[in-house]
Amino acid sequence: MTIRRAMRLLPVIPSILLLLLFLLAPVAWSFYASFTDAGLTGKAAKDPQWVGAENYLRMFSDDSFPLSAWLTLVFVAASAVLGQNILGLLIALLMTRSGTVVSSLVGTAVVAAWVLPEIVAAFAAYAYFNRDGTLNQMVGMVGIEGPDWLYSFPLVAIILANTWRGTAFSMLVYRAALADVPRDISEAALMDGARGWQRLTFITLPLIRGSITTNLMLITLQTLAVFTLIWVMTAGGPANASTTLAVLAYQEAFKFGDIGYGTAVASVLILLGMIFGAIYVRLLRERRP
Amino acid sequence: MTTRALRAQLRKTSTTSGGSSRSRARLWANIALAVVGVCFVAPLLWLLLAAVDPQAGYQTQVPSSPSIANFAAVLNPELLFRPLANSLWLSAGTAVVNLLAAVLAAYPLSRYQSRFNKPFMYTVLFGTSLPVTAIMVPVYGLFVQLQLLDSMAATIFFMATTTLPMAIWMTKNFMDSVPVELEEAAWMDGASAMAALRTIVLPLMRQGLGVVFIFVFIQAWGNFFVPFILLLSPDKQPAAVSIFSFFGQHGAIAYGQLAAFSILYSVPVLLLYTLVSRGMGNSFALSGAVKG
Repeated sequence: MTIRRAMRLLPVIPSILLLLLFLLAPVAWSFYASFTDAGLTGKAAKDPQWVGAENYLRMFSDDSFPLSAWLTLVFVAASAVLGQNILGLLIALLMTRSGTVVSSLVGTAVVAAWVLPEIVAAFAAYAYFNRDGTLNQMVGMVGIEGPDWLYSFPLVAIILANTWRGTAFSMLVYRAALADVPRDISEAALMDGARGWQRLTFITLPLIRGSITTNLMLITLQTLAVFTLIWVMTAGGPANASTTLAVLAYQEAFKFGDIGYGTAVASVLILLGMIFGAIYVRLLRERRP
Repeated sequence: MTTRALRAQLRKTSTTSGGSSRSRARLWANIALAVVGVCFVAPLLWLLLAAVDPQAGYQTQVPSSPSIANFAAVLNPELLFRPLANSLWLSAGTAVVNLLAAVLAAYPLSRYQSRFNKPFMYTVLFGTSLPVTAIMVPVYGLFVQLQLLDSMAATIFFMATTTLPMAIWMTKNFMDSVPVELEEAAWMDGASAMAALRTIVLPLMRQGLGVVFIFVFIQAWGNFFVPFILLLSPDKQPAAVSIFSFFGQHGAIAYGQLAAFSILYSVPVLLLYTLVSRGMGNSFALSGAVKG
């Protein structure tokens, strides 16, 4: 490799510097700080001490971490893998056979929830699930007195809210994918007498399976990182009943001032992201040699 | 009989026999979609109605005496204009830094073959999957160490970096679609690579650059968590944070104003999104981002 050829790569340097300083350094610092007793204020902030794996051991003796890990799993599985993914696919499928006016109106409604700034979406969801909110008004119309969702069923509320907020992404991915499915193939199946469900499972879904895996990876990563929605709606409460790992890391670090333990929780989340990210990159590489 | 003729005949029989069942399927699809649409609109309805209702609560109701009092109440420098100006600075700054770095990086990656390209692009793609929320605790620690806390510029550079992987990936894809022959002519005439980039490539991909700019701008405009952690003084905070701190304290009495503020703050991104999706279609903008 000559110097001239190396010179050509010079313009990449600003990007590399930014990524090193603001992405790689925080990740490295996170893993380092998770082995210290770094604090937000006081002596532990100025001169953090090395404490070995203490923070990680604490995760398993502490009640809040296992609960939080479980809540995160339920939150991701219910709101992303089931909620956003299935609903997004369903909407996209329905759109292939509905009228254009209906489909563009509904598309706009679904996308609106997604394009709004997250804090606005969070406020709207907060009002909606409030004791006096719209949901209970609608439930009240059929004569049932609705519960205080945010207090009695906080996990259900944030799952529904995140499904509402994020379905647009899956819908757009699946609309693009279904547009690429040759019409002839599904129609030929129709002639063979393949019933709707069979056609879906044996023909359509296998054809868009690449999009399904990509979508699942991306929405899982997005949902792992959801903070604002939960913070505004329930702030992780009541009594940690909706504290996902992202919220727990924030609380430990900034509410209780324990940066060391906070970064340990954050490191677990980063590791999870890395695992999913590695699988995602692998899948894309296999598809495009 | 050829397959094509067979297919045509099959299609004919299917339209005659399956005509009514097909239109029935269409009706059910329309009904099902309408139900979904109503469910998605419902939470937003409160926002719209409460904004014009001076007596708004958490209930969705048609205002008894609709007025623009809520909008008038939030339209003041302290509450609305300064936070919005901060949001604009933050988002535009982020988008500019991001686009500059992404264009510079994408050019050699798109134009020169090198063993460095593929590993770099996959590392960048890997970077898109890091949960930004998770690195906020370490970023805070890092900013304290480097004394960058409460700095607008540092926040801009950080936000630009979080969207940089996606921006590089998108920019390179857009750049790949600009034919290289035009530049080769410019090189023959003695133009440098940077001159060719500026005068030939960028003008030809300005639509793509617009998509990347708006994509980054929308993300920065709506970002709450990053400025919430990194910007401390109220006079630097963008609308996302000021709305949270103001209504976190006064929300219990000012639902209508909260809704009015939310709408005013959301309008710019709604317009920008419409611009992108109208201009080139959802699937196009998204395929640049997702399909890679």
